[in-house]
Amino acid sequence: MSLKHIDLLICCGSGCISAGALKIKERFHEVLREHKATNEVNIIETGCMGPCDYGPVMVIYPEGIFYQHVTPEDVEEIVSEHFIKGRPVTRLMLQNEEKTFSIQKDVPFYQKQIKVALENCGYINPESLDEYIATGGYEALGKVLTEMSPQDVINEMKASGLRGRGGGGFPTYIKWQMVHDNKGAEKYIICNADEGDPGAFMDRSILEGDPHRILEGMMIGAYAMGANMGFFYIRAEYPLAIKRIKMAIAQAKEMGLMGENIFDSGFCFDAEVRTGAGAFVCGEETALIHSIEGERGNPTPKPPYPAVQGLWGMPTVVNNVETFGNIPTIFRKGAKWFASMGTEKSPGTKVFALTGDVRNTGLVEVPMGTTLRELIFDVGGGMIGDHKFKAVQLGGPSGGCLTVEHLDTGVDYESLKERGSMMGSGGVIVMNEEKCMVNVAKFFMDFCVEESCGKCSPCRIGLKQMLAILERITSGFGREGDIEELQRLGESISKLSLCGLGQTAPNPVLSTIRYFRDEYEAHIRDRSCATKVCKDLMHYQIDKDRCIGCSLCARNCPVKCITGSREEKYIIHQVDCIKCGNCYDVCPVKAIEKEPGMHPDTVAHRSELGKAVNRYEDL
Amino acid sequence: MKTLADLKKIREKAQEDMKLRGGNVRIKISVGMGTSGIAMGAREVMKTFLEEIAARNLSDVLVTQTGEKGLSSMEPVVDLIEEGKPKVTYGNMNPDKVKKVVVEHIVNGRIVSDYVVATGD
Amino acid sequence: MYKEICVKYAPNKDNLIYILHEIQDAHPQHYISAEAVHEISEYLKLPENHIYGVLTFYSMYSTTPRGKNIIRLCESPPCYIKGSANILRKLKSILDVSVGDTTKDGKFTLELCACLGVCGNAPVMMINDDVYGDLSEEKVEDIIDKIRGRN
Repeated sequence: MSLKHIDLLICCGSGCISAGALKIKERFHEVLREHKATNEVNIIETGCMGPCDYGPVMVIYPEGIFYQHVTPEDVEEIVSEHFIKGRPVTRLMLQNEEKTFSIQKDVPFYQKQIKVALENCGYINPESLDEYIATGGYEALGKVLTEMSPQDVINEMKASGLRGRGGGGFPTYIKWQMVHDNKGAEKYIICNADEGDPGAFMDRSILEGDPHRILEGMMIGAYAMGANMGFFYIRAEYPLAIKRIKMAIAQAKEMGLMGENIFDSGFCFDAEVRTGAGAFVCGEETALIHSIEGERGNPTPKPPYPAVQGLWGMPTVVNNVETFGNIPTIFRKGAKWFASMGTEKSPGTKVFALTGDVRNTGLVEVPMGTTLRELIFDVGGGMIGDHKFKAVQLGGPSGGCLTVEHLDTGVDYESLKERGSMMGSGGVIVMNEEKCMVNVAKFFMDFCVEESCGKCSPCRIGLKQMLAILERITSGFGREGDIEELQRLGESISKLSLCGLGQTAPNPVLSTIRYFRDEYEAHIRDRSCATKVCKDLMHYQIDKDRCIGCSLCARNCPVKCITGSREEKYIIHQVDCIKCGNCYDVCPVKAIEKEPGMHPDTVAHRSELGKAVNRYEDL
Repeated sequence: MKTLADLKKIREKAQEDMKLRGGNVRIKISVGMGTSGIAMGAREVMKTFLEEIAARNLSDVLVTQTGEKGLSSMEPVVDLIEEGKPKVTYGNMNPDKVKKVVVEHIVNGRIVSDYVVATGD
Repeated sequence: MYKEICVKYAPNKDNLIYILHEIQDAHPQHYISAEAVHEISEYLKLPENHIYGVLTFYSMYSTTPRGKNIIRLCESPPCYIKGSANILRKLKSILDVSVGDTTKDGKFTLELCACLGVCGNAPVMMINDDVYGDLSEEKVEDIIDKIRGRN
């Protein structure tokens, strides 16, 4: 007999775990034992609830009360006040200047969201098959297997208009149709969970928070194309996701939802988990297939497409996690319902990962076509502090930067592409006015150079050249013509590279040149970084009027380039300064200032020494 | 499991276990758990509700708790909220009265007027 | 020891990545030795150069001995924007190592890695299988101290 009258849902997504969610869960068990109330509360670990920045977060039903930034010290109060006396703890609720948001669905972060792939994330216990079934789970599979032919399934997918959520936006039904029409003896379906785009973590969250949904989506696809074997390729950096999907497979087998003759339809299916070992390029489908085969994860030219010749030479479909996540709902609610959301060419919803200088970092799902302004300012809560919005990088290292003038652009595959960016997997990195765009572009380029597999020369050699030019520019040795050279290289690398990594790697550079050309020019011509991020293009200066002559800066300077006395005050010898920032940090009266531009002394010194200090001279 | 009917059976059972998170609720019982309510035995009252509901397998009844209602002289106070009907507030509750309310009001749909202290909002 | 791990898997080429993972995890110094490569090569009937090809392709494998605890600080842009450079400076100074090196007591190896997928809580690092988010210089010191105390 259950006396439980409270469901306590603790977000145990990776973000909240890293903020201490598991300690809080332990503490709840302890405190409930002390109060002899363990039989009144269900403690449920859920997947990611979305607002990582508020973590650790939790929701308490039946009321749906939302608590944020909970610490182990708060647990006693939650139990004694809320659970026992029915008085929710207001100070743990989200508050702004005007009001307190007690109920989860009222929190502004959730308001403009429509959840399809994330429907159950943060709502059910991901380790419970029963809870997934309670939300309508496996109904779609049952319906598909008992009432529809494989071609019916593909037709329904075509009507839904679902496009691959991994980045390319290729219509999902076309891949399925190709494999369906191919009369191979063995066919395979692969779930691509090698999520590596910096700033994207939706695949991990869905796998961790609702693994059965992905399994169901995969099985519907397998039935449509005639595959009896599936693989989850998950990156090794995601141990929890690996554990959860393995558990889901075991549960589905035990329940008879997987294995032989599912739903008495004659359809048989089995799936296995395969893991990577740290290689970004394995997100590319041909590289991924080679990795499963036990090879180096090098991509190979297409055609032949995996749909014709994939895993072990057999017809294979590779779909992304989020793509599979949409499928059960499409078959439960109908293709028409799905297509009614979003835009004409990009129907449905898309999950975005908000990161960077935005207030509410986390995972959100909105209809396609939602504007960047709504995404960043309404759902995302705007910029942190008093900072201004400067740019947003969409699509990770393959995408491009957009600016203030694009804020009213609707987010869909075509609109972003037109403006030199791309959807990618849905990473949204928001940047404030303190970020140097040349430096950001260099950073993305550095990532691509490191992750290039080295197989084709445009990517291996070309990206390295681009990085060298960017380093030259940011260290004050930029030359006239560098911008044009970057553009020329970027365009040829895009055209000539073998796989998506190389084809899209120049995008961050090309898009920042397009929208922030003046910053590049200032770096090259004026030897100045206005944001004072590039160390060679800024300098520190001591304000004589404010300096009190305490000598703290001089004593903390690692290269002894600050001299002076209490009477004469202190000065920095610019030529020797390594810009470590120690003096800036220790000055008790904030007399040291960061100034944009290379100091004239340094300019003179460099031109005097010429080649001796310019390691880029021969480049 | 081989049929959609089997799946439905599992689903109904699982939904019952998840009812606190919403779903098919006919009557919501809200027990006032302020300091004075607790002092007057509100926890016993809530416990009795939970036991009675579980014993009778009333899957569409939900028990929640709220803070002080300001009716100190009538604690413990309990609201019964039924979709489409005015709210009924019972006062001076104890476990025996709870049992009667469960049988009469929740099961048979007859308000126990002797215990009612207010109706409507 | 290497043989025992190998025989847990069928002698197919596609198990190579898992065998390498397990051998590396089982070794107290978290690396794959030449001897291990030799054993795997015999078991899977693959040339050693194929195994080295795979081994050096993936960034999680090491062919040199490492510390007891492996620190992997995310160097991807979202973490960089939130100040991972300061965290790296702090880690280097409290551990007194540079990137890729192991502390003298053999307790820690400091590595950089690509996105860990916890960008909502940037900057982030992973120590063995545990993720630590919203790092600050003080927090890093705390975490390292705690692990030092444990070992």
